Amino acid sequence: MGYPHKSHPKETPILSKYFGEPQARTLDGWKERGGYRALQQALGMTPADIVNVLKESGLRGRGGAGFPTGTKWSFMKPGDGKAHYLCVNADESEPGTFKDREIMRWTPHALLEGTAIGAYSIGAEVAYIYIRGEFTEPLRVMEAAVKEAYAAGILGSNAMGSGHRIDIHVHRGAGAYICGEETAMMNSLEGRRGNPRIKPPFPAVAGLFGQPTTINNVETLAAVPHVLNNGAAWYKAMSLSNPKSTGSKLFSVCGNVTRPGNYEVVLGFPFKDFLYDLCGGPLPGRKFKAVIPGGSSVPIQTMEEAESTLMDYEGFVAKGSMLGSGGVIIFDDSQCMVKHIARLARFYAHESCAQCTQCREGTAWTTKILERIEAGGGTMQDFETLLEIADNMTGKTICVLSDSCAAPVVSGIQKFKHEFEAHITGKRCPFRATAAA
Amino acid sequence: MSAQREGATQGEAMDHSSGGSIGEIPYRPVFVGALKEELEALLGRYPTKMAALLPALWIIQRERGWVSEEAMVEIGQQLELTPAYVKGVVTFYTMYHQHPVGRHFIQVCTTSPCGACGAEKVVEALLAQTGCVDLGATSPDGRYTVVEVECLGACGFATPIMVNDDFIESVTPEKVPQILTQFK
Ligand SMILES: Cc1cc2nc3c(=O)[nH]c(=O)nc-3n(C[C@H](O)[C@H](O)[C@H](O)COP(=O)(O)O)c2cc1C
Ligand code: SF4
Ligand code: FES
Repeated sequence: MGYPHKSHPKETPILSKYFGEPQARTLDGWKERGGYRALQQALGMTPADIVNVLKESGLRGRGGAGFPTGTKWSFMKPGDGKAHYLCVNADESEPGTFKDREIMRWTPHALLEGTAIGAYSIGAEVAYIYIRGEFTEPLRVMEAAVKEAYAAGILGSNAMGSGHRIDIHVHRGAGAYICGEETAMMNSLEGRRGNPRIKPPFPAVAGLFGQPTTINNVETLAAVPHVLNNGAAWYKAMSLSNPKSTGSKLFSVCGNVTRPGNYEVVLGFPFKDFLYDLCGGPLPGRKFKAVIPGGSSVPIQTMEEAESTLMDYEGFVAKGSMLGSGGVIIFDDSQCMVKHIARLARFYAHESCAQCTQCREGTAWTTKILERIEAGGGTMQDFETLLEIADNMTGKTICVLSDSCAAPVVSGIQKFKHEFEAHITGKRCPFRATAAA
Repeated sequence: MSAQREGATQGEAMDHSSGGSIGEIPYRPVFVGALKEELEALLGRYPTKMAALLPALWIIQRERGWVSEEAMVEIGQQLELTPAYVKGVVTFYTMYHQHPVGRHFIQVCTTSPCGACGAEKVVEALLAQTGCVDLGATSPDGRYTVVEVECLGACGFATPIMVNDDFIESVTPEKVPQILTQFK
């Protein structure tokens, strides 16, 4: 549902059905709503069978990259004599994204159930839920749910009487966007600085504590019980566009819009209807100008691009961007794109772990140049410099934070060049001038 | 169990009186008594001692308000890590305070999505009404420190702020005075 708003008739509330209902937070309340049936069922299946159901369903990772979940799980070989781990990515720090927070706040047992199924399926006895340090309320709710699940024998050495050990621990981060990157998260969990690791080796070979590891996003895991309860065919049938994008997805909506919040739609939903019907369109007297549809790391869309987009993994790419994390950031005609792109660059400069020269220097220089342009000190030569730096930052570093900084800059210059030029020729920010007048 | 607890309490008393001091004021160790037990329980969750470092640093900050160099030495001893290593980790993460902060540590999100919804005005209101001269400075009465923070993961509820561990959504400049009355 469009939390904090009532569900819109065009939404398909599956993950978000119980958002806003405090009762759903408790173990009893969750069981009354059908909770832990899927885990019970899973524990009676072989891991390989569960992996096949997931492969069949078409579920893809909701953390950003969209990797097929069943395939990811199939890289793990239960019974190879090694300790396996599942890491749950609840670091949710990508600007524009705030869906995992609501899943944890309202339906903590949905995440625990999906996590337990995941752990069993990949042959892991231990799973860690890595929650960003600022999420104090979700932390409290998740910790309480873990306690309840242990007390009820759902977790522990004999999970639901299955004879299998499933331990789940909540681990609090401490303020670092980069720890959302999977290998940085593993370093952080091990008690190290959160620097991403060079791949290979990939986590499924040598991940957390050097052991085979799978990492999944909160929303991905919360969807798993629904797939098992209703079957792969049911999940797969939920698609409005193409068979590569199946199921429902939460989109977080923020910025200059009438009804910000979380909305759950079936993949392939028309973005235009989403923006105008569900989210209520622009604020009174305003017009939408630009959208960043998948969290701040994806290219900016113009409204022409956005309004012809189908909301799925392929649809956003076809219209010049990516689905990413599903964090939809909207800017209206009162906003200065140069200012916002500069601020995003500052975000990446602040969050760069500084291991790679291209990223450490590139994010810092990009920020300096953009802030200078915004302040009225730009030159036409700056375009070339910015694009050259961006090129050096793309595809050349240990992780893609560097590429993520380049994405809004390059797409911003491509699609909103006139705003940059207005700053340079007018030697000041045209939006500030309007505000003052 | 109770004998253990007693032993630990004695340890705490001893640590108070004897040594462990760096500088003028004797350092009072964190991990004694019940807190030592809390640390031991944490160690059971991970295959290495090092992995308990982040949670242990959280305990230190919860108990002392910040993470001092002495505390880094102490937790290093507990987890068999050098003080330099611990410092390297502490400095990586923005949420561990390496200095004492105002009684109320206020973080305001100013990343673009909140910026588009007026976060700058919220910052201005907070600075003006706490008496903090600038971001990062503590107010003259020692009560408040206001800092900017990157995306708090609540962008649809602009502007979110954190006051210590309290997360407050949809803050506007008009709401600031009323919010501050809750944090004296
Ligand atoms: C810089 C950076 C930050 C990331 N932050 C997050 C995050 O906060 N949450 C998340 O789920 N994935 C994040 N990811 C993606 C993860 O690395 C990983 O792909 C994902 O958690 C896998 O889960 P999934 O397959 O279920 O989507 C980030 C990636 C990068 C490069
Ligand atoms: S790209 Fe940036 S954040 Fe990623 S590893 Fe390199 S320096 Fe660190
Ligand atoms: S940008 Fe402010 S909470 Fe995300």
